[in-house]
Amino acid sequence: MKTVSPFREITPTGDHVSVSFEEADLMLPRGENLAGALLVAGIMPFRHTPVSGAPRGPFCMMGACYDCLIEIDGVTRQACMLQVTEGMKITMPSARGSKDA
Amino acid sequence: MTSDYAIIGGGIVGLSTAWGLLKRGLRVTVLDGDDGSFRASRGNFGLVWVQSKGMNQPRYAQWSQESAAAWAGFAAELNDATGRDLGLEQKGGYDFHFSEETLEATVAKYEILKEKLGGNYPYEVLGHNALRREEPAIGPKVVGAILHHQDGHANPLKLLHALADDVRRLGGVILNGKHVVSVDKTDLFCVKCEDGTEVRSRKTILSAGLGAMSLGPMLGFKAPIRPQRGQVMITEKLPKLINRPSLIARQVDEGGIQIGATNEEVGLDDHVTQPGLSGLAAEAIAAFPALAKAQLVRSWGALRILSPDGLPIYQESSEMPGAYLVTCHSGITLAASHARFLPDWLEGADAAPNLEVFSEDRFSVS
Amino acid sequence: MLKADLIIVGAGPAGMAAARCAAEAKLSVLVLDEQPSPGGQIYRDVDRASAVRGDILGRDFTDGQTLTRGLQHERITHLKGAVVWQIEDGTRVAFTQDGKAALATGQRIILATGALERPMPVPGWTLPGVMTAGSAQILLKQSGIACERAVLVGSGPLLYLVATQMVRAGVPPLALVETQTKTDLIKSLRHVGGALRGWPYLLKGLKMLAELRRAGIPRHVGATHIAVEGDQCAQAVTFQIGNTKHRIECDVVLMHHGVVPNTQAARSIDIPHNWDDAQNCFAPKSDAWGRSSVATVFIAGDGAGIGGAKAAAYAGEIAALEIAHDLGMVSKEDRDTSVQPLRKGLNAERAERPFIDGAYPPYAGAITPSDDTIICRCEEVTAGEVRRMAGLGCLGPNQTKAFGRPGMGPCQGRYCGLSVTQILSEANEISSNETGYYRIRPPLKPITLGEIADIAKTETIEVRE
Repeated sequence: MKTVSPFREITPTGDHVSVSFEEADLMLPRGENLAGALLVAGIMPFRHTPVSGAPRGPFCMMGACYDCLIEIDGVTRQACMLQVTEGMKITMPSARGSKDA
Repeated sequence: MTSDYAIIGGGIVGLSTAWGLLKRGLRVTVLDGDDGSFRASRGNFGLVWVQSKGMNQPRYAQWSQESAAAWAGFAAELNDATGRDLGLEQKGGYDFHFSEETLEATVAKYEILKEKLGGNYPYEVLGHNALRREEPAIGPKVVGAILHHQDGHANPLKLLHALADDVRRLGGVILNGKHVVSVDKTDLFCVKCEDGTEVRSRKTILSAGLGAMSLGPMLGFKAPIRPQRGQVMITEKLPKLINRPSLIARQVDEGGIQIGATNEEVGLDDHVTQPGLSGLAAEAIAAFPALAKAQLVRSWGALRILSPDGLPIYQESSEMPGAYLVTCHSGITLAASHARFLPDWLEGADAAPNLEVFSEDRFSVS
Repeated sequence: MLKADLIIVGAGPAGMAAARCAAEAKLSVLVLDEQPSPGGQIYRDVDRASAVRGDILGRDFTDGQTLTRGLQHERITHLKGAVVWQIEDGTRVAFTQDGKAALATGQRIILATGALERPMPVPGWTLPGVMTAGSAQILLKQSGIACERAVLVGSGPLLYLVATQMVRAGVPPLALVETQTKTDLIKSLRHVGGALRGWPYLLKGLKMLAELRRAGIPRHVGATHIAVEGDQCAQAVTFQIGNTKHRIECDVVLMHHGVVPNTQAARSIDIPHNWDDAQNCFAPKSDAWGRSSVATVFIAGDGAGIGGAKAAAYAGEIAALEIAHDLGMVSKEDRDTSVQPLRKGLNAERAERPFIDGAYPPYAGAITPSDDTIICRCEEVTAGEVRRMAGLGCLGPNQTKAFGRPGMGPCQGRYCGLSVTQILSEANEISSNETGYYRIRPPLKPITLGEIADIAKTETIEVRE
């Protein structure tokens, strides 16, 4: 994970709410695109692929590539199709091949 | 090109048989369809299954058992040759029941079959709690299951890939994108394709799935087969949730959970329908409630190849001796038998298995 | 079950224009929009973004508000966050919204699902920090997020547009690495007659290049051997100009070499497609009104063939007009009169396409990727593996999918389908048309089993008249 994210808000809004991603507590702008907000917060990668464990992050930002997958409430979702709401508990997807025990 | 065998149809049945013949040093040419062909070999459920087969014909139950017993050796040999692990797991499989009545009725039938098989039918009945110990994710609506220890599953696509690979390596010729239009016989068979390709052979096998409906009569077979659609679904890759396969769901080696299947008489229609998907999803959730949150990633419809009694047909043509019809709807389960034992029958060898009950004689003249 | 005269899938320019036109012809319209706000991708979140960032994004973007305002009509029901996952019988659409699946029926359907970026597989393209140029534009439009230390790679006017928007936002790209050559430009000059008819676009293009020059953005033209280096994320782009090797350290790589129609929905209902050599992609077959081989289903906008936002709006209106005529709300005479200016506008918009397609062809290195390049991102299948499967008798993508799994992941072939078709076509020495494409089946987008099982069984609700 980079220490400084290369993604920057040029018109930052003031209204941030608390959200967690794995163990990290984040303050993200309410109502904004979740994938974009996570990128600005320095979250990288979003997940590891089930096939080889390779790191992945958002690629298309339009709901077509399924690389920005995260998990909320036990359901795998595309971060780029969601908006930030207060108290979101986000984890990396638990989806994997049965190579794991 | 003159082969010992021309095999019409390059799916699992055709390739398993080709493989077995090649292992006996025979020359084989396989004629396969194209990318858009129906191909039950791509759409099946991947079970290597014994239970519930041959309830009315013990010889079929036995034939399935012989194949299941030979599967591990067959898979190992393919693995050694191609480096492909077929993902075979034979730890038993379930028949789930949502009511005590259906469970008891099935057990009664199994007992009758077991006797006819001389006791070789290792199954046990699990009540809900016993089943929960084996399958922690099982839902409360499942009252019990019959666990048959000879059942299992494999990766059917890896089997297809490995066979395509090894048949070529063993010197088999596979011609893709071919549509057979006629078969003539003088002293040799001459199989002609739409694009002009001709293959000459000593013997011919028709293992073209639903293609036998049109090609069968050409070779002197009744070929009373019909398509039956099965819709199947598969989820995203998930952490281990299901330990043993059943007809309702199995977790494939790649991690996704495969759910199936419908039984629809809709002709040559392999489309997927929303009511079909909804019904399958509901049943899967009834068996494994955690699946409600799983994302469905793919679905498909595939056409089973069914004879009137659902059993295989192994028949030599009386009109064209040397032409054989080989068709079944359990091509995965029977792959090992087709590879190991069927070639002896085709060659008329002493070791040939007794396949009389699978001849076309059992179908009355219509 | 929702019922309407017309169901429109997609709320980009084609969908929005069609909705308004149909509503004014007194049809009830249901718009199923997977995004939380209208505009599709090109006018992404235009209502909100125009106020805050309109000056950076430009008039071409903010003009989209005319269309979004057009959705405010009593006969239009616009469902946001509604993801379509199945279309049956040319009239019934299954979708999910807020975790609930539902059904809608329409007498007619317009598929206005737009375009996708053409897949551009190069070594390292799956690393975090590598994104499409379109996604950088989406981040800017919707969220006001800029990418620092970014390199733009590929070919096509979108690269220049994104670069100028980044410059205006105060976060200029490090460089442009462009794959088109001077020869491409010269060859495309035979289309210049058409291009001159589309002169506003040419002028815009020249202005953008001038702006980039003033901002001092380096351009490397005629690049080959493109790759992204990095361990856990993108760290540098490497490429060659002629025999000279180059390496630019960066944090973000934005890739683009054209857009292609998003054909998933059309393919899922077995609409035949044709390979378009000029645009290097498949496009669905439809008539001059946008009607497909399924009589009740129309296709409009970039999903029918790449033409841009304004062309999409015209095509949407043309389809809606024919549908209104179909349903007896517009006479043949009125239809034929009304369509004249629309066809004129559409042809003018399409005029510069051949020039752009010729001047900015896809990057050859991505059309013929090296063996070790991943081409299926979801299942991590390489180009070499696909070539090997061609050798095992896989004549088309469906057998290839069965043998090696490309196309089986959640993106359902959106980012590998064209690559697989083209690799097979080359390996088997048959045309892309003959090679074909993946068989697309529902769900069009992944949906939970719970939603599918619980499909809302409600009374039929007529969409507001």
